[in-house]
Amino acid sequence: MSADSVKEIVDFCQGIFEDLDFTKAREWKDAEPGRKVIGYMPVYVPREIIHAAGMLPLGILGGGADLEVIHGDAFYQSYICRIPRSTVELAITGKLDFVDGMMFPSICDVMRNLSGIWQLLFKDKYVRYFDVPQNFKDEVGGVFYANELRELKEGLEKLGGREITEEALRHSVEVYNENRQWVNKVYDYRSATPWKAPSVEVYLLMRAGMVLPPEEHTQLMKDYLAAADREDRPMRDNCRIALTGAFCEQPPLNLIKSLELSGCYIVDDDFMLVTRWLLEDVPTDGDPIENLSKAFLHHSAETAAKFEDTVEGKGSYLLETIRKRRADGVIFAAPSFCDPALLDQPMLVSRLEAHKIPYITMQYAENSGQMQPIREQSGTFADSIKLWSVA
Amino acid sequence: MSQQDVIKSRSMLLQKEMIARNYDKITSGEVKVSSTFVPGNLNELLMCFDIANNLPEINAIQNAMRKKSGEMIMEAERSGHSEDVCTYVKADIGMMAKGNIAPNGKPFPDPDVLLLSYTGCFTFLKWFELLREQYKCPTVMLQVPYSADGQPTKNHRDYIVKQLKEEVIPTLEKISGIKFDIDRLREYLRKSAKAEDDLVWMLEQSKRKPSPIDCYFGGVYYMGPIFTAFRGTDEAITYYQMLREEIQERIDKGLGVQTPEGEMGEEKYRLVVEGPPNWTSFREFWKMFHEAGAVVVASSYTKVGGVYDYDNFRHDPDHPLESLADYCLGVYTNRNLPTRVDMLARNIKEYEADGLLINSIKSCNSFSAGQLVLMREVEKLTGKPGAFVETDLVDPRYFSAANVKNRLESYFQMIDQKRRAGGSATTLA
Ligand code: SF4
Ligand code: SF4
Repeated sequence: MSADSVKEIVDFCQGIFEDLDFTKAREWKDAEPGRKVIGYMPVYVPREIIHAAGMLPLGILGGGADLEVIHGDAFYQSYICRIPRSTVELAITGKLDFVDGMMFPSICDVMRNLSGIWQLLFKDKYVRYFDVPQNFKDEVGGVFYANELRELKEGLEKLGGREITEEALRHSVEVYNENRQWVNKVYDYRSATPWKAPSVEVYLLMRAGMVLPPEEHTQLMKDYLAAADREDRPMRDNCRIALTGAFCEQPPLNLIKSLELSGCYIVDDDFMLVTRWLLEDVPTDGDPIENLSKAFLHHSAETAAKFEDTVEGKGSYLLETIRKRRADGVIFAAPSFCDPALLDQPMLVSRLEAHKIPYITMQYAENSGQMQPIREQSGTFADSIKLWSVA
Repeated sequence: MSQQDVIKSRSMLLQKEMIARNYDKITSGEVKVSSTFVPGNLNELLMCFDIANNLPEINAIQNAMRKKSGEMIMEAERSGHSEDVCTYVKADIGMMAKGNIAPNGKPFPDPDVLLLSYTGCFTFLKWFELLREQYKCPTVMLQVPYSADGQPTKNHRDYIVKQLKEEVIPTLEKISGIKFDIDRLREYLRKSAKAEDDLVWMLEQSKRKPSPIDCYFGGVYYMGPIFTAFRGTDEAITYYQMLREEIQERIDKGLGVQTPEGEMGEEKYRLVVEGPPNWTSFREFWKMFHEAGAVVVASSYTKVGGVYDYDNFRHDPDHPLESLADYCLGVYTNRNLPTRVDMLARNIKEYEADGLLINSIKSCNSFSAGQLVLMREVEKLTGKPGAFVETDLVDPRYFSAANVKNRLESYFQMIDQKRRAGGSATTLA
């Protein structure tokens, strides 16, 4: 596919993004008898183990802006974020009928209880709430986590009716290492030349990675980078911002577009954190489970999902991102009613204030329709940053 | 019975005194103080280090019942906290901003340690990160894995015990300067178990008709000592013995529920209630029930600080740390939805209740996310109707008395209709 133009690649990704029937994943499953698909809510789950089981990890990010939620509202009160209701909607309307199991990351109480709803409603499916350690010592949190990973492995072995060998695990670790490297390359590329890799394109490219097998996704990113480089796109006088808080329920595509149109290049974000959670390659020699465990403990992104055990450490990841990406400011974009993002925000804000880094805050839902106020808010923000940096 | 008589109830007086004494201890400046959460709290362990136990949720409740929480919440929102998040957190942060005054009028000292028992609710984690910003004191985390498959696993238990041994106990030793003595812990746990026996006896008396107690509005008082700074003390044993005697007296006299406004009168409806109560209009809320002759015979909220009746958990002096682990793993909100459904359905059957009422709390995802499904499942299992009201914990802006009352009235009518129809196992649309 390397001859493809940016337009072709982005259209392909857009097609995947819009397809709420997950046709690509269905095709993958139908291509060989006995294949299985494991859905996951993508904050963090170890996709390597699913992959090593010969299964397809399918990232499910709610229903997006276009899904009409009819049944889901009978499941969730109005004061709960939207992602669980649209995910339930997808399931009960049969759009996930080909999915053999679901994994729910430990990120908040809504996710906890969503795993229980799955247990109640879809009794024949494999369901795993995936707990991770909040203690980062090898002999404490590490032992717990490695055991959890082993339990996951055993569960998938039972579901798949075959053993997950160490060799298969090592191979999958390699596949995901490579995938992560290319994700990072795309992020680096966008940060260096944001006019050449608009955030909407980068976003769609990463969303495709939620549905495609990782090998195909890696290839797609390689093709995209090559194609983007061939394009001649004008550089705009935008400011550079880091976007944070959108790690779970995703904003509508229009919101991302609006931010850039209003004058803000997004030079970093926390969309689909699962692809960037681990900050270094996972070693491929030695015990893969132990390696995955240590990577999580010692080399993972600091997010609202994790306990930061020192006051000084709080916000350091965001500050480092700002420095590394040369961001002029931060946009806190959080889903309405999202406790982890919204409770984290005041702490991060105080760090930015101490460093005199400009920021704005906004809330959204995956189906937010009105972009005008957001565009005005971010436009004013961009203008003030430009003024401020000239002064 | 007059209000005067209610206040005279010996166990209530004793509890009032106990709470006052604990606040005096906390504010005395003479003891080390730990802030920690109600679900999965480690009171017996803190006692081993002579550390006093201060519970931010209880402070928020106290402030709500004194009508002070609304202003505190607004204060927190003015300082950048979202309208959408847990109002306990904001009441706590707003209280700090307003001078951090304890109910005895004295200022709370800064805690010496934040003991983050991270069980049952994700918000706890962020809450203590936020408090740590202010107090800059040590924070020690005890992570309790979620019982997502309905029961604790060996890995869960081992992890908690290891954290106790390698994180929590060494930190508390350092802060208090007192060496950990496991026999002291055993002794406290023995006392806990004794009080817990009487507590379970009390909970089960509402199986009687009429029920001598209300297990939600009354229950929150009955649970006070065991959920807070008194588990493991002689005072708690005395309190629950006294309570037991009082309830026995009511049973002997054939009395029903006692309310703040006197005897309830005829018991017309027996309910199981899920979710915390609203605290800002607690008396008004309760009144809507007792005026209609509705008694709550079981509630999930009285299990939030520990479940003792469902699977007979008791603190166990022979396995002290493991027993603390099981206690933490078993608190109500740390259990998955299917287990919560099973508990509530069993309550409805065993306590011969007319149905399940859910008080859905706007700002508590731990309880609320999933309650609509929970209600339908319980209806399916029991054939009894469910109903839903929506309020908040400590934010007075979200208690609409008229709405709640309407909902309750139609629920009671629905129960009446169902009775007339012979109680067939239909479910609500
Ligand atoms: S959007 Fe926030 S509150 Fe909702 S499920 Fe995700 S992390 Fe939880
Ligand atoms: S979210 Fe619920 S359980 Fe958690 S702290 Fe708030 S009120 Fe308590």
